[in-house]
Amino acid sequence: MLEQIYDLGGPLLLGAVTTVQITLAALVVAIVLGLGLALLKLSRLRLVHWLIDIYVEVFRNTPVLAQLFLIYFGLAYVGFKVASFPAAVIGLGLNGGAILTEVFRAGFAAIHHGQREAALAVGMTPWESMRHIILPQTWRITLPPLGNYAIALLKDTAVVSAIAAPEIMFYARNLVTSTFETTLVYVLAALLYFALSFPLARLVEHFERRQRAWL
Amino acid sequence: MAAPLLRVEDLHKSFGSLEVLKGVSMTLERGHKTAVIGPSGCGKSTMLRCINFLETPSRGRIYLDGERFGEKEADGAVRPMTEKELARQRAHVGMVFQGFYLWPHLTARDNVAIAPMRVRGMDRAEAHALADTMLAKVHMSHKADEYPERLSGGQQQRVAIARALAQEPKLLLFDEPTSALDPELVGEVLKVIHELADEGRSMVLVTHEIRFARDVADWVLFMGDGDIVEEGPPDAVIGQPRHERTRAFLRQILQH
Repeated sequence: MLEQIYDLGGPLLLGAVTTVQITLAALVVAIVLGLGLALLKLSRLRLVHWLIDIYVEVFRNTPVLAQLFLIYFGLAYVGFKVASFPAAVIGLGLNGGAILTEVFRAGFAAIHHGQREAALAVGMTPWESMRHIILPQTWRITLPPLGNYAIALLKDTAVVSAIAAPEIMFYARNLVTSTFETTLVYVLAALLYFALSFPLARLVEHFERRQRAWL
Repeated sequence: MAAPLLRVEDLHKSFGSLEVLKGVSMTLERGHKTAVIGPSGCGKSTMLRCINFLETPSRGRIYLDGERFGEKEADGAVRPMTEKELARQRAHVGMVFQGFYLWPHLTARDNVAIAPMRVRGMDRAEAHALADTMLAKVHMSHKADEYPERLSGGQQQRVAIARALAQEPKLLLFDEPTSALDPELVGEVLKVIHELADEGRSMVLVTHEIRFARDVADWVLFMGDGDIVEEGPPDAVIGQPRHERTRAFLRQILQH
């Protein structure tokens, strides 16, 4: 039994490395995209609003799996080959960007307009007011949903095994095919996700508590 | 003769079809204090917010220290200032809001020090020293390390006044500074404003505190419906108002 776990664990741990890499890369893409688009939405350009809304609604209202297939298989079909790892990062990143655009937009909306006015009144430019006054407060407001998103993302990376990205579930399925140890493999895979996700949840909790110090 | 510190000429402001200011003009000499009184919705706060361009006037001109505010005149044409130019001008005008608007993620000291650091480029030690001086002026030294949420309304407003003072402004604008306070906290804020007035600072004060306005101001504007109805020394406007609208307003407000 122990030996068996040892044999199965090797490939699964290898997959875990990829899982972490995809999670981190997609998280960065999603945060940059979400924050950038939420900032753009503060402008009064109607066309910009309109384009961002289309992006958000399309990606929020279609399954990630379909998005991944379109990026991985769809683009290859029109002669644009994307490898599975970047396809996974782009797919999950675009999807997360749509979710986080809304998270950051709500964060900005939760800050009283007087905060910005007071910053302008002391002689800050709109950008300085954003940087020194609005963003630090938005960060506090968005940290809990941001953390929850990161935890969900970590587990949702399982879906990219469908486009052959070599993460935990990809290896798990291969191991099941070669060893027929269905239960053991999936229990080990689940434990691995738990081992990654649980500390992350505690970390988010810790940050949340620290941010609340000034409340 | 030097230009007055503040000159407001023919100021108009409309929000959509609602005309809030219908051509207001005023001047303020250095070291003088003008109180603006009038019923809610008469446009007095809007006038104040137009002076530092938190609201862009629909028409009219503002001059601070003889210099056109918010707009640039070049070759006979007028163009709005860039945000950077506007910020540089606003740095000379301190503003105190009805709702305080302290920044909750910063301590009292940092609330006061951040503009000197970020706007005027002071280093941290210098800005903190300045902040401590200003907090002492508003009798808030003992709360310098507290976050705004831990302060009472009156204390928050005094820190907000210190924040405005740290700009070392040419002009102070007070927008109903005690209207959001519990009655027992009004006194401490008025006392601080009174002390600043006695230092000879230039200020425009929008207020509902009629007795205070009479005490502290050397000129009173009574506004109604987007216009200045009556103006003059406090003893005249508040003591012996000439217009029926002024009398009606004062009767109503002094009863309470």
